[in-house]
Amino acid sequence: MIEINDVQKAYGDAIVVKGVSLALPKGGITSIIGPNGAGKSTLLSMISRLLPMDRGRVLVDGLDVTTTKSDVLAKRLSILRQDNHMTARLTVRDLVAFGRYPYSHDRPTVEDRAHVEKALGFLDLEPLADRFLDELSGGQRQRAFVAMVLCQDTDYALFDEPLNNLDMRHASAMMRLLRRAADEFGKTVVLVLHDINFASCYSDHIVAMRAGEVAFQGTPEAVMRKEVLTGIFETEIDIHDIEDRRIAVFY
Amino acid sequence: MPRASKDWSQAPLVLCALSIPLLSVASLFVGVSDVSFSTLFGSDGRALQVLLISRIPRTIALVLAGAGMAVAGTIMQMLARNRFVEPSTAGTVESATLGILTVMLFAPGLPVIAKAAVAATFAMAGTSLFLAIIRRIPLRSILLVPLVGIMLGGVINAVSTFFAYRFDMLQSLGAWTSGDFSGVLRGRYELLWISFALTVVAYMAARRFTVAGMGDDFTTNIGLNYRRIVALGLAIVSMVTAVVVVTVGMIPFLGLIIPNVVSMMLGDNLKRSLPWVATLGAGFVLACDIVGRLILYPYEVPIGTVVGVVGSVFFLYLLLRKNARVA
Repeated sequence: MIEINDVQKAYGDAIVVKGVSLALPKGGITSIIGPNGAGKSTLLSMISRLLPMDRGRVLVDGLDVTTTKSDVLAKRLSILRQDNHMTARLTVRDLVAFGRYPYSHDRPTVEDRAHVEKALGFLDLEPLADRFLDELSGGQRQRAFVAMVLCQDTDYALFDEPLNNLDMRHASAMMRLLRRAADEFGKTVVLVLHDINFASCYSDHIVAMRAGEVAFQGTPEAVMRKEVLTGIFETEIDIHDIEDRRIAVFY
Repeated sequence: MPRASKDWSQAPLVLCALSIPLLSVASLFVGVSDVSFSTLFGSDGRALQVLLISRIPRTIALVLAGAGMAVAGTIMQMLARNRFVEPSTAGTVESATLGILTVMLFAPGLPVIAKAAVAATFAMAGTSLFLAIIRRIPLRSILLVPLVGIMLGGVINAVSTFFAYRFDMLQSLGAWTSGDFSGVLRGRYELLWISFALTVVAYMAARRFTVAGMGDDFTTNIGLNYRRIVALGLAIVSMVTAVVVVTVGMIPFLGLIIPNVVSMMLGDNLKRSLPWVATLGAGFVLACDIVGRLILYPYEVPIGTVVGVVGSVFFLYLLLRKNARVA
């Protein structure tokens, strides 16, 4: 379980995350949704110790993320940010192999190599394994980074906008894959998602944020309601039930 | 750019590496004093003396300085996350020079190693300042980063020039800022072995520098301390630069050309590419020095000038290259 206790972050006078307290259950997929500037990514960065918090604390299975050694946490929790602006020119396989760094540091083992091949296969990246990242399309590159995170094999995997750069086919394939990671391998997946319909169709739990605070949380059925979403996104949103799925229409 | 089979992609590199022993031998026999196989075993032993006191030290110095500066350039590019950064476009060299000048003004009697230590300290301060500045540039345009470095270097250099002018040391300043191996003699280049040792340390930490090149979030995610890697890299870059500037003077662009060529061919997995960077750096410096010795024979063109000309052209190529990768 990830326990978030009164976490706050301000940039100058602007408070981006306002004393958020939240418990993210272990297992399944939790999606964090909300309008731009709601503090979703900032919260995710603080949970994953990429960003120091001004106040409060975060416990991951009882480990305080600010005081626990970083290499210990790296075996429990992984994070993929949205801007993977990179300079180092790596092949897909090299990148994925860095997911094993927390376990074997500078000496990759045979077992590590097996993990790498498995992650490559899981994301259909074998044909691209020896290509350089800068030779790939945005979507292929995104898949390579996700493969790296899976290769890191942590109980908790956090993704900031994992569907960025993905077309419809790859976006739904990515969500099905995260679903498999949760269902078959027992991973806890936490996502920041822009597309509330993906959140609705694939999550077990949805957290809606607005202006730095948690505005609402619950099951997709509870969150995907006209009066809830309209308040959060400040725009007219209709909800339709289509084949067991709750779809928001806001165009 | 699909890659051909692995063996072929490395073929040009292997050829370059093979040429290094040849270049080294050539370096031993090129020069005004007549050193050849026949004179070497002549009766007066003069040629042998020239070989031992001047030619061999010069060749070793070329190899060590070339490898060290090329590796330093690679590390700088990973730390600054920019392809156009190297010690002479990041204020490192200028800071080291200011450091030496300071020693020469206040404690000219210090041993060379202490001078190098002061130069390294200045280099580290200057380079840290550079990294701090580029971290604060909101839109990190790839071209803005080296521009900031060159401007910072210009400011530091102006300070050096001012004091050098006031205290009549412009000539010494010229010696440090323009690389020249003609003064390398036995007993005056050994400091460069420090650079060699640091190159080995850099290789041992190669995977960490690769990780740093992927950014601080990436580094933290796999449990490494980004700041610590940056500090290690800064220390290596500063010391290598200081040692090279103190012994032979600055070799511009070297840390830019070689790492970029290797990166284009092999990528940036430094565990794999760093040995090539070091080897090619050594070979390139050897070749430029030999050219400098031959082009105006019997006079010498300083290697800084030769590398500068080749390097500027290459820098332009990198900037203008089509489908330049936006780093």
